[in-house]
Amino acid sequence: MEAIAVHKLVKTYGAKKETVKALNEISFSTQQGEMFGVIGPDGAGKTSLFRILTTMLLPDGGTATVDGFDVVKDMQQIRNRVGYMPGKFSLYQDLTVEENLEFFASIFNTSIAENYDLVKDIYVQIELFKNRRAGKLSGGMKQKLALCCALIHKPSVLFLDEPTTGVDVVSRKEFWEMLKGLKKQGISILVSTPYMDEAAMCDRVALMQSGRIMTIDTPQHVIEQFGKRLWAVRSGEMYRLLLDLKAYENTLSCHSFGEYHHLVLRNDTGSEAAVLHYLASKGHRQVEIKTASPNIEDCFMQLMNDNA
Amino acid sequence: MMYSCNWHGALNERQTDMKQFIVFVRKEFRHIFRDRKSLLIIIMMPIVQIILFGFALTNEIKNSNIAVLDNAKDEASQALIQRLDASRYFKVTQYLPTQADIERAFKSGTIRLAIVFPQGFRESLMHTNHTQVQLIADASDPNTATTVTNYASSILSDYQQEVNGNSSLPYTIKPQMRMLYNPQLKGAYNFVPGVMAMILILICAMMTSVAIVREREINTMEVLLVSPLKPLLFILSKAIPYIFLSLVNVSTILLVSVTLLEVPIQGSLLLLMGVSLLFIITSVSLGLMISNLTKTQQEAQMFSLMALMLPTLLLGGFMFPIESMPVPLQVISNIVPSKWYYHIVKDVMIKGLGFSAVWKESLVLVGMSLFLLGISFKKFKTRLA
Repeated sequence: MEAIAVHKLVKTYGAKKETVKALNEISFSTQQGEMFGVIGPDGAGKTSLFRILTTMLLPDGGTATVDGFDVVKDMQQIRNRVGYMPGKFSLYQDLTVEENLEFFASIFNTSIAENYDLVKDIYVQIELFKNRRAGKLSGGMKQKLALCCALIHKPSVLFLDEPTTGVDVVSRKEFWEMLKGLKKQGISILVSTPYMDEAAMCDRVALMQSGRIMTIDTPQHVIEQFGKRLWAVRSGEMYRLLLDLKAYENTLSCHSFGEYHHLVLRNDTGSEAAVLHYLASKGHRQVEIKTASPNIEDCFMQLMNDNA
Repeated sequence: MMYSCNWHGALNERQTDMKQFIVFVRKEFRHIFRDRKSLLIIIMMPIVQIILFGFALTNEIKNSNIAVLDNAKDEASQALIQRLDASRYFKVTQYLPTQADIERAFKSGTIRLAIVFPQGFRESLMHTNHTQVQLIADASDPNTATTVTNYASSILSDYQQEVNGNSSLPYTIKPQMRMLYNPQLKGAYNFVPGVMAMILILICAMMTSVAIVREREINTMEVLLVSPLKPLLFILSKAIPYIFLSLVNVSTILLVSVTLLEVPIQGSLLLLMGVSLLFIITSVSLGLMISNLTKTQQEAQMFSLMALMLPTLLLGGFMFPIESMPVPLQVISNIVPSKWYYHIVKDVMIKGLGFSAVWKESLVLVGMSLFLLGISFKKFKTRLA
């Protein structure tokens, strides 16, 4: 059975004059025990999707089920069995680490002892500070505690809405390792993130933009479908380089990526010399060009351009 | 078999509900006890208010400074001046030599009343059976002026009776006044019930609404909603700590007013606590309503202050008598819960009446609570929008 099944889901906000379609007939389904990532920038509709699936919002069209239960009709059944960590979830700042966890365990009719195995790997990292108030924890530790709180009742499906937003790089990495560990315990996970590099950690991803899903596939497949050669270019003047590359007649797309600009050309035969020649004519010095392997962000940009 | 299964299920559910409830209430108490500043305000506010109203903001007039212009300087005038000075209402601070000094004394603002004895005061009193004393008061504050002149004239008439002794005049009507329930005309008898109404409605309604809205503000509400926790349990758990704190407040208010202000509890203490609990429940229901209407803690606070404190002060009946208001305001005052509670407390605490005297007002409060709770539960958002 599918852990989550979404069919032509629609959510609109606003009055008649200015309606915004946060979700525009999106459909997907995830398998049990699968870690499914929803990747997209702010405003893509990720949070609306999560709120509908956790029964916090009613959809304006389409259907969705979680663990076989309908998100509209079977509100209570879903609430009894899923775990949910909303974005900007901030725990009770004036309660200690242990009190927070204890409280959420009790609300879900369980105790820390009962499901200790489940959260052990994560909890040991913060257990040292169990008598510290949650408000005094670092961002990374807060997220770990929040994850523990969402997990403590052994949910069948875990919803994590941007769990790594605002967390440092090291903690983000640790966080994803923890999610991998949870997957092994058979918990289905739906996780959203605006960070493209995190997509690779998921079994499958849906790339979302403006309320639509552009593609659903495994991270490898998404990258393989890129289908073009990707060039990484840099020079002494990076900003002018970007403008010049965008103005180049043979350029299909170009965006900045770290130290380099990622460039895709329309016609890729004998291109390296042509590009170098073009840039030299524009007065660029110290130009370096090499092929690069595409990543999810490149694919995202390409899909965005295709859809535009 | 079926039945026993169901029965076990129901029992189990009740047990888990109970456990959730206890844990939740404990969590709420932790929030309250760890926020030391707010706790201090909640505990100290009633005491400070009672003391303020009792000693500083009283409308009784005590120890008014008065000036005397004694043109007689005889036995009778001296005796009267002594009496005025000895009463707890007046203190003779100035002896004025001339009529012109009276105006000066008033203008300097040092006196509230001036008394002028005419020349040959005792002589006329004894021989012509008739004399006059002039009382001059500063009527820029009319209430005070009336009160101090009344106090002074009653002291004068007391003296007059003593002088007359047994040789009573023919045909005199002597009004005998008894101030029932409050023989000393203490202001405390009026404001203790008023302060109780104000404190309870503020603490219960404002704190409950803020406590619920806070969960929304820090997004824990979403997690609580996506859990097996029942909304009814959530609401009850939020209300219980404040009901408890309010009962503590009622007790401190009563303790302070009995010991410090010497306002006795004439009626049954049990009944008084009972109706207070009822009023607390009404206030909590109001708080729940407010939490449904507001989105941030600040909004909830502002709303509580505007929608509860002002009507309680203005239309509760303890600052301004409702009977002398225009009819529309009198009608509106009926929907102010504090008005009814104020009535009940005055009847029970001051007049010593029993339940039979206050059941109508109590019923109104019960009705209000049921109405507000009904709306709150119906409107309680189990989703975000």
